[in-house]
Amino acid sequence: MHRTGELYGQFKTLEQQKESATLGMWIFLITEVMFFGGIMLTYATYRHFYYPAFAVGSNTLSLKLGGFNTVVLLASSFTMAMAVWSSQVGKKTLISIFLLLTITLGFVFFGVKYVEYSQKFHHHLVPGKKFDIFYCVNNPASCPDVDAEELMEESKLLEEAKAADPDLNAHAQLYYSAYFGMTGLHALHMVIGAGLLFWLFTGSLAGKFTPQWNTPVDIVGLYWHFVDIVWIYLFPLLYLIDRHK
Amino acid sequence: MSEQEHSEHIVSPGIYLAIILILLFLTGTTISAAFVNLGRFNIVVALAIATLKATLVVLFFMHAKYSPKRTKLIILAGIFWLALLLFMTLSDYITRVDYRGVRFPISQVIHQLPAQRG
Amino acid sequence: MSATAATPVKTLPEHHYLNATYGIRSWLLTVDHKRIALLYLASVTLFFFIGGFFAMMIRLHLLTPSGYLLSADTYNRMFTMHGVAMIFFFLIPSIPAILGNFLIPLMIGAKDLAFPKINLLSWYVYVVGAAFTLYSMVSGGLDTGWTFYTPLSTVYSNSAVAPAVIGVFITGFSSILTGLNFLVTIHTMRAPGMTWFRLPMFVWAHYATSIVMILGTPVIAITLALAGMERLFGLGFFNPAMGGDPILFQHLFWFYSHPAVYIMILPAMGVISELIPTFARKQLFGYHFVAAASLAIAVIGFLVWTHHMFLTGQSTYAALAFSFLTFLVAIPSAVKVFNWTATLYGGSISFDTPMLYAFGFLGLFLIGGLTGLFLGCLGTDIHVHDTYFVVAHFHYIMVGGAIMGYLGGLHFWWPKMTGRMYPEWIARIAALILFVGFNLTFFPQFLLGYLGMPRRYHVYPPEFQVYNVMSTAGASILAIGYLMPMIYLTWAAFFGKVAGNNPWPATGLEWTTQSPPLTENFEVTPVVTWEPYDFHHRPDLGLDVAANGVVSAHGND
Repeated sequence: MHRTGELYGQFKTLEQQKESATLGMWIFLITEVMFFGGIMLTYATYRHFYYPAFAVGSNTLSLKLGGFNTVVLLASSFTMAMAVWSSQVGKKTLISIFLLLTITLGFVFFGVKYVEYSQKFHHHLVPGKKFDIFYCVNNPASCPDVDAEELMEESKLLEEAKAADPDLNAHAQLYYSAYFGMTGLHALHMVIGAGLLFWLFTGSLAGKFTPQWNTPVDIVGLYWHFVDIVWIYLFPLLYLIDRHK
Repeated sequence: MSEQEHSEHIVSPGIYLAIILILLFLTGTTISAAFVNLGRFNIVVALAIATLKATLVVLFFMHAKYSPKRTKLIILAGIFWLALLLFMTLSDYITRVDYRGVRFPISQVIHQLPAQRG
Repeated sequence: MSATAATPVKTLPEHHYLNATYGIRSWLLTVDHKRIALLYLASVTLFFFIGGFFAMMIRLHLLTPSGYLLSADTYNRMFTMHGVAMIFFFLIPSIPAILGNFLIPLMIGAKDLAFPKINLLSWYVYVVGAAFTLYSMVSGGLDTGWTFYTPLSTVYSNSAVAPAVIGVFITGFSSILTGLNFLVTIHTMRAPGMTWFRLPMFVWAHYATSIVMILGTPVIAITLALAGMERLFGLGFFNPAMGGDPILFQHLFWFYSHPAVYIMILPAMGVISELIPTFARKQLFGYHFVAAASLAIAVIGFLVWTHHMFLTGQSTYAALAFSFLTFLVAIPSAVKVFNWTATLYGGSISFDTPMLYAFGFLGLFLIGGLTGLFLGCLGTDIHVHDTYFVVAHFHYIMVGGAIMGYLGGLHFWWPKMTGRMYPEWIARIAALILFVGFNLTFFPQFLLGYLGMPRRYHVYPPEFQVYNVMSTAGASILAIGYLMPMIYLTWAAFFGKVAGNNPWPATGLEWTTQSPPLTENFEVTPVVTWEPYDFHHRPDLGLDVAANGVVSAHGND
């Protein structure tokens, strides 16, 4: 296994090796673009057909938590870029620090996501037999974390939407299927990213990354930035539908 | 012979800092814009801002601006193919007209959910 | 080096990739692209037999119009699993994962692919996906058609859908990893002097194929993931009862599955582009056009998928556009056929087995491709959609085209892979049997389809029986045509006549090394100074060039 930035046997120069690794990662990211693209198409189609339901669904998401998570991920992209820079200029301690920061921010993101997901679970907003978009409005006692004013607004939104779409519940479930599908897939990619970052972190502690050889930091960085870009799109698509109501 | 990578261009932390600040500003903008009623253009504005943010991340954080042409071509190809998938499929939906002249008819929803099978 | 030694080569080279290391671990943990190719050969051949078994059940059942052999439900499982096994586990990996893996590093002068460990991973991913699918097959099978249309597959089917969906999902990543490996390898690992336009057309074909693998396969991955989630968790993406749209599933499915057919045919075309210049002793006519046509097929192939959905109630305007694009995609294929034919003209043609397969390809691909135009034309498609016309069309391309290319390639490179020649005359007879069997099986199906026999039905009107019986008879001959190479190629690998470096002789870099090659392929990194298929300037091949420029068909071997 790769310990000191040695050349792998099939390559002739370190230059060729780095070029191949970088090219390989970019091509892999394109496959990820198409992978997420499929579920984006699904989202786009149903948003087009069932706009009222999507608007209602979007308004049940916490803008504060979503916005906060967006900031967290953007910041983690910054710290990742700084980790790559540190490896390029040979500041070995900084590499570890920035990697650790990136991992920490990633975990903050997970924490917030966990809060959001468990909230959805309690509000009967997870797709399945128990899904009910009207649950909190009909059972305010079971949703103590939603205050009365919010419930009033939600009730109003739901009534308007139901007038426009008699099958609101079924279509809102589609919104939530898209929500969990897209954010779940994104979270899975972040978990893998966090694992890769941790592997990098241990490598950085061992002082493996030098200006002559920092390929792993570089390509994991590319992956992490991509995961950030997916969220950059997910946030407005999921959280910002019809917020002006 | 294999193509040679350009010698590594090191992007300065100053640029990264500028970019992250712009990104945070744009995030604020997109949230504020969501509270303005622009009708059908809300989504256009939201996607435009998101695309601007994504472009900044790709160009600077992912060093695409300083990468060889081949990398830029790959990125463009990916975006182009995603656009193909989205637009060509949606083109089917939005140009449908049924025999009554009704635009984009969709399947009617039956109100009962079927028993689930594993 | 030269195939013109005065005395024939009698022994295999002392060291080569097959005897470099011994033991099962050295095979299961290998990173040598050549060994991985053989691992794929074993698993892909297994699935060919599995798919063939299901084909046999279909054809046996269709001997009688009222379906005595199988129930409707069982029949549905037979054709579904035939499709799944053949498409995802045989056709898509066959040439790229076997011949591509083996040959691409050799053809470009590299020691291995760019990512040998990812190469091995891709085989293991294939095996895991195959295991899930096999589990589906033995636990009752799948009855939805290989197309998994919803909501049958996600809600109403009583068959083992979930494991099959998971299996195909996983195997898709094998394809993605292979494509990624090839793209990077071709970009960064070429030997000095191996410029883009000196690459063998086989490499260009795999470059185009890899583009399709990279851009298309992830879409079916997400589609199957969504369908799987719908099946397992009752989500409503594609279920009309919950507001979902089955047509959306079809759009997502065919976005990949149409380009998938180009994944299946482009490598075969790459093989043909190697065989025809070699056995006509002439430079490939219009090299640049053939390379460009490969890329054009890859790109335009992504723009036509809705032609599988003309009868679903889609927008007429979209249908018009896609029909036009479908006609467009035929053009680069035609360009290739013209260039191959032009290569033959004025050449010194010999009828070795690989060339017989190439000729078979030319004729059968032509028929298959032209019948595609009937399907791409909106009016005629209304008549022949979902009939045996479609079945015949794609079998002409996939079996008459892709499998002929695969077998031609296997025969052509068998001496390189094993160091030994297959028995020529038995091989020629097998090729002929295959050709006859194939046409007898599938030509009647064009007639059946045109006359109105629907596909995927377990019964048919009695007036169609004659053609069905002909088709089944042909299938049994076809089976013999397939069994024969299985047997004699295996025999030849151990007992065939030692082949030497370049038995044909052919012009590629792979033929300048020993047969079988060393693990590291080349003792010294080659420097390329010649153009591809340039028989006139390769004295090392030992071929005479006549005064009129015609190169002789055989060397002094």
